[in-house]
Amino acid sequence: MFASSILLFLGLMIYELVIGSWLSIQTFGLNFLIGTKWDPVFQVFGALPLILGTTVTSVLALLIAVPISLGISLVLSEYMPKKFGFVISFLVELLAAVPSVIYGLWGIYVLIPFLRDHVYIRLQTLFGFIPIFSGPIYGSGFLTASVVLAIMIVPTISSILRDLFLAVPDSLREAMIALGATKWETVKAVVSYARSGVIGAVILGLGRAVGETMAVTMVIGNKFQVWPSSLFDVWYTMSAIIANELLEATYDLYVSALINVALVLLLVTLIINILSRLIVWRTIRLTRGVVKE
Amino acid sequence: MKTVYVIVVAVIAVAMITLGLLAYQQASPTRTVTLNGAGATFPFPLIDKWAAEYHKIKPNVKVNYQSIGSGGGIQQHIEKTVFFAASDAPLTEAQAAKAPNTLHIPITIGGVVPIYNIPGIQKGLKFTGEILADIYLGKITKWNDPRLAAINPGVDLPDKEIVVVHRSDGSGTTFVWTSYLSCVSQEWREKVGRGTSVNWPIGLGAKGNEGVAATVQQTPYSIGYVEFTYAKKNNLTYGYVQNAAGEFIEPSIESFAKAAEYAAITLPKGDESWSKVSIIESIVNNTRARGAYPITSFSYFLVYKELNVLPNMDEETARALVEFLWWAIHDGQGYASDLHYVPLPPSVVAHNEETIRMITYNGQQLLK
Repeated sequence: MFASSILLFLGLMIYELVIGSWLSIQTFGLNFLIGTKWDPVFQVFGALPLILGTTVTSVLALLIAVPISLGISLVLSEYMPKKFGFVISFLVELLAAVPSVIYGLWGIYVLIPFLRDHVYIRLQTLFGFIPIFSGPIYGSGFLTASVVLAIMIVPTISSILRDLFLAVPDSLREAMIALGATKWETVKAVVSYARSGVIGAVILGLGRAVGETMAVTMVIGNKFQVWPSSLFDVWYTMSAIIANELLEATYDLYVSALINVALVLLLVTLIINILSRLIVWRTIRLTRGVVKE
Repeated sequence: MKTVYVIVVAVIAVAMITLGLLAYQQASPTRTVTLNGAGATFPFPLIDKWAAEYHKIKPNVKVNYQSIGSGGGIQQHIEKTVFFAASDAPLTEAQAAKAPNTLHIPITIGGVVPIYNIPGIQKGLKFTGEILADIYLGKITKWNDPRLAAINPGVDLPDKEIVVVHRSDGSGTTFVWTSYLSCVSQEWREKVGRGTSVNWPIGLGAKGNEGVAATVQQTPYSIGYVEFTYAKKNNLTYGYVQNAAGEFIEPSIESFAKAAEYAAITLPKGDESWSKVSIIESIVNNTRARGAYPITSFSYFLVYKELNVLPNMDEETARALVEFLWWAIHDGQGYASDLHYVPLPPSVVAHNEETIRMITYNGQQLLK
């Protein structure tokens, strides 16, 4: 009953988005997905740069966030005394409740000057001879956006991981210790035991990163281009352009193109979800018999 | 005992609610009229002030204005869901076709100013339209470009890359800025054009006036553009722009009003097409427009000429709306300067009076 209502909602959402973007679909067709120009004045719209921008910033955010989250959650569940861990995990979860516009403001006024003056410039002096580290440094840019996103999804991922690791039966740890395993080997066994849950937590974080709008648009630089010239360059994402331009979209095709972007965003999210489900099933099948799921 | 207590409390509560309602009804003997409007964010603080002040004079009239953006305001005007809309740009021919018999009433004047962050250089750096266009096209890339140095003698311009900042969200400010650049640069007109959002050749996009201001303040050697009111309230460093008379004009309430006066000479009638109206275009080549700041524009109220076309409209509301409009272009202008808005010059007010007199309900003229 309730499960079917979710299907109904999803169906309605896709229906509405398709209706809304019909004009754009008729005009541009599949070229919308590979178009590289977004020109409201001359009425040409293509979304490829946005799709790439969203995907790359989210994946980059994940690359930063997952190791940190794993570290935090393992320290909380395996190394720290329970009481202590409770307090710290409470603080971490508090971070998850901070509104994204606050992260954006903090990004503009604190993180951008810090990254620009202390991190990016140092990176450029050290590695400037490699093309991806060259080019002008604005402070805002897609790398900055990924860092902000990473900070935003660390609480989500790490609090799920901590609960997951705490749910691993103590008998596993005791058995490992009884076999003479070191603490590190025990921890590895715990992570391996909870493997499919770990992937689920990462997917949840990725979902938040893909859809995040406010914080990203405030720090990414909002430049419509297919591929950035360096790590410090500015870029754009799908959700950001919708939030930026929908209010003042002054003619039908323009509005329709923006709704078309929303449709693409939904499809990209679906594809990411399906892909990661497949990965989960695969790992479970491969490891069955090695560690009992 | 307990039941008695409950009953007593209930009776007192009911009595108080009844008394309260009676008192409320006595305070407003006539029906409350709500004037719903929506549109541009730029004039919102002024309209909000008007709503509050007008409610003091006419307690039974409530002005409810939602600042959802010019595009949204025009959309609601076309769908006839609001009694009046506000927009930073006049209706285009296509929009006017969907909302026939729309009157344009200029309510205030705004200016867009270039702001910059060059360590050691105060406000008042001089720009020409061609130079601004070439900076935004990426053709002038350094602050010590000979063309900039030539018009700024004595200013020690640094040998640094210019970081260009623009609005990322669709906005009337961008519309005014790109209209100006289109007027002064043929290359800009052909490559980029004018609009609430455009395909920017270079630069960083930031959200809102506050985003552009923050980015410029945080980024050394950057340039951006914001509404004058915003620059003034936040003490931003802004530049002067050359007009057709060859003067470098400091953006100010006076220089915007001057520009509007020159433009007012050629304004169409309230019910004619306003799609071509632009203060910028009317003074950009006018070499006699002395003292006028070139990047200036009107903000408009859009109202139907025959108010009967709106659902939910009745004669009393129509009358209240017309009276409010009349008050806004006369007494309402007195609140403009304090909020850094430009009061309408007398010639524009006179033009508006004629327009407001055109408004009818069921064919009956509402103001004589």
